[in-house]
Amino acid sequence: MTAATMTESRSSTSLKDWIKLRLELLPTLAALVIFIAMVIYGEVAYGRIVQMSTMSNLLINNSHLIIIAVGMTFVIITGGIDLSVGAVIAFTSVAGVMLTNAGWNGWLVVLLMVAMGGLFGVVSGVLVQYFNVQPFIATLAMMFLARGLASMLSTVPERLAADASILALATQFKIIDGPKVNDLIITPGVIIALVVVLVAMFLLHRTRTGRTVYAIGGSEQSAQLMGLPVHATKMWVYVISGLLAGVAAVVYTSRLGIAQNITGIGWELDAIAATVIGGTLLTGGVGFVLGSVVGSLVLGLMIVLITRDGGIPPEATTIITGGILLVFVLLQRLVLARQRD
Amino acid sequence: MTEPLVELRGVTVSFPGVEALQDASIRFFPGEVHALMGQNGAGKSTVVKVLTGVNAPASGEVLLDGESVVLNSPAASRDLGIATVFQDIELGHRLSVAENIMLGNEPRGRFGIDWRALRTSASEQLARLGLADLDPRTRLDALTPPVQQLVAIARAMVGDPRVVLLDEPTSSLEPADVNRLFKVVRQLRDSGVAVVFVSHFLEQVYAISDRITVLRDGRVVGEFATDDIDRAELISKMLGQDFEELQALGSQRRAHQQDPEGPPVLVARDIGRDGEFEATHLELFPGEIVALAGLRGSGRTELARLLTATDRSESGALLVAGRPVTRSGPGAGLRRRLVLSPENRHLGGVIESMSISDNIMLALQANRGWGRPVSRQERQETVEWYIEVLGIGDVRPETLVGTLSGGAQQKVLLARWLATRPRVLVLDEPTKGIDIAAKLAIQKQIAHLADEGMAVVFISSELDEVVRLGDRIVVLKDRRKIGELSNGPGVSVDTVVELIAADDDTA
Repeated sequence: MTAATMTESRSSTSLKDWIKLRLELLPTLAALVIFIAMVIYGEVAYGRIVQMSTMSNLLINNSHLIIIAVGMTFVIITGGIDLSVGAVIAFTSVAGVMLTNAGWNGWLVVLLMVAMGGLFGVVSGVLVQYFNVQPFIATLAMMFLARGLASMLSTVPERLAADASILALATQFKIIDGPKVNDLIITPGVIIALVVVLVAMFLLHRTRTGRTVYAIGGSEQSAQLMGLPVHATKMWVYVISGLLAGVAAVVYTSRLGIAQNITGIGWELDAIAATVIGGTLLTGGVGFVLGSVVGSLVLGLMIVLITRDGGIPPEATTIITGGILLVFVLLQRLVLARQRD
Repeated sequence: MTEPLVELRGVTVSFPGVEALQDASIRFFPGEVHALMGQNGAGKSTVVKVLTGVNAPASGEVLLDGESVVLNSPAASRDLGIATVFQDIELGHRLSVAENIMLGNEPRGRFGIDWRALRTSASEQLARLGLADLDPRTRLDALTPPVQQLVAIARAMVGDPRVVLLDEPTSSLEPADVNRLFKVVRQLRDSGVAVVFVSHFLEQVYAISDRITVLRDGRVVGEFATDDIDRAELISKMLGQDFEELQALGSQRRAHQQDPEGPPVLVARDIGRDGEFEATHLELFPGEIVALAGLRGSGRTELARLLTATDRSESGALLVAGRPVTRSGPGAGLRRRLVLSPENRHLGGVIESMSISDNIMLALQANRGWGRPVSRQERQETVEWYIEVLGIGDVRPETLVGTLSGGAQQKVLLARWLATRPRVLVLDEPTKGIDIAAKLAIQKQIAHLADEGMAVVFISSELDEVVRLGDRIVVLKDRRKIGELSNGPGVSVDTVVELIAADDDTA
């Protein structure tokens, strides 16, 4: 009897309560709504958006962005920032292509690329954690360092040999063979991105390290006094971001077959934008991996729509990105203000 | 007698320029509540920080079960079974209640953290504190500070610690919550836990503790069984000789009763804000101390903000010397020399990374405008004058405020507002969390200011202070004014309490 009334009273107020309890989900849900709205608008205005080939390409072309946005999510939730990822991608991909062309084993090179990304993360982490350098400055230094190293390796596009084994990661597998070219296609690169997303979700939501990441973002001092391993965890988020930059370099290089020292300029900012659009607070403490995935897809879809429109000059892309970003930041402010009431 | 569970032996902790703790030896026994008493800066919090692994001792050792242990981080201390509830609520404000309680102790299953089990364990901890009806999924920042404090206590109970340190756990709690907390403390004590209780509230210490260690200026004055030491003796141990002075001040004020005379300096005509404070009429006269009495959350701070034009009133008008104040915001009030010294000295008050001198000059300079800088000489004279008059201590003007004790910080804040020569000075809890000597100095200063013709509004949770200082007592309850008392020989704390209680019957 009591149990029955309890469940009943719970379900009658549950939606309102749920919104109240999970207010921080609102920006992420809003990102999802915007994404769906963009899909519908695109379908109505230009057509051929809601079809398997478009969606497949969206994933294939943005898997590297999804991967670095996931890494960025870890860093931003702790209240930090990682500006080095774009440059790290440039360095690791140029180095990877040159090593492959020099005859190194392709899979060993893949491992090395990821490891080199991780190494940059370690240096950033040490600077932030043990030398008390602001994350902005520490990763800015890493950005210049990685970009400079990439330029020292080569300033011309380095092309992979056609038989390089890393290219296998971009092999297109037809899952559903649709009419004409409308096929559902998946590449190992997309699968890597999906695995990264799943592992990241597990880490953040189901491990103590993940929960410590959130606690640090709420208040580092409190996390320290609560006896949480703040030092190790702060190191880890930069290492994770660096490792994922390496993974993104592998996926991107395999798709293009070319690496250049100017690859990835501004990608760190795309990743930050994707993360913020997906509902992660720049001040830390709140955020979701899935939100960052949606944020990446919103950015990717926007480029698809601009291309389809044809009337919008490509130069205007950044204006639209900026506009969307602003709308989401204002939305977060609004949610925060609501919470205080 | 049983063996001590934890023992500090000859522990010294030094910070640059200060010996926070000198050669301190304290024993904490299992199954006892041990109170640490002393003024601000006496070293109580340092003892807590040593046991928590935040501050490492420069010399001396900490023994657990008679064995020397190294406490070099909060995690290490926690692993040895020492749990702490900090003075400021050190929790993750954007995390749920359940997570805050269980962080670092999350139950884990095959698929990582088991959230269902986590919420269940958190609920069990909350139930022990009588908070069974609190939804563990609620975000911490949606709760009031007293409930947050209780969550911090629930967190400390996780994993059945052997030593529980409570650093001022009751400073933001209502009496009902204090009783709830004490019930748990007694349970812990009876189960053999060594409880360390740090508090400013004398009565609470007598109600809960078995043993008292008194600290003064970083040294242990002595250890006493609570039953063997009376209040007067305890206070004199904490202070030395200021106790007589405290009593003298009370009688002095009673002799200096001030009746409202002349035109009011400030007229608040039916000012109020929807949901914050019911429209109220209030007049302030020069030379008068008006005390706002009422429980926490009765609308004292809201009224203070309205009176100083910090918040805009939605009705009525605010008149200063007959002229209406049309704008609102802290700057608007300051221009009319209406000054509010806010309750939380960390959030709304002193800037810890700035010097005493800069802190004091801040409001005066802002009020003058940045185009007319205060001259070096005027600055030096003003700062030195206030350091001396308010007894901030033996400090240099360029000392950083963050290095001062709570009482001295409060005095710096007071000096800042006084430097603007306010017509109306509203002090929201100016004596909260500071020691008796500093309290005394500030109360004296307030009485002195009123004598010079300033209208002072004084807000305090301590009713004896309200009765001692106020010429007029405005009693607040549930965000409205329920009465006004002209203070006199017949008025006591009981009068105010009765007024608040009586209002309950009619409601």
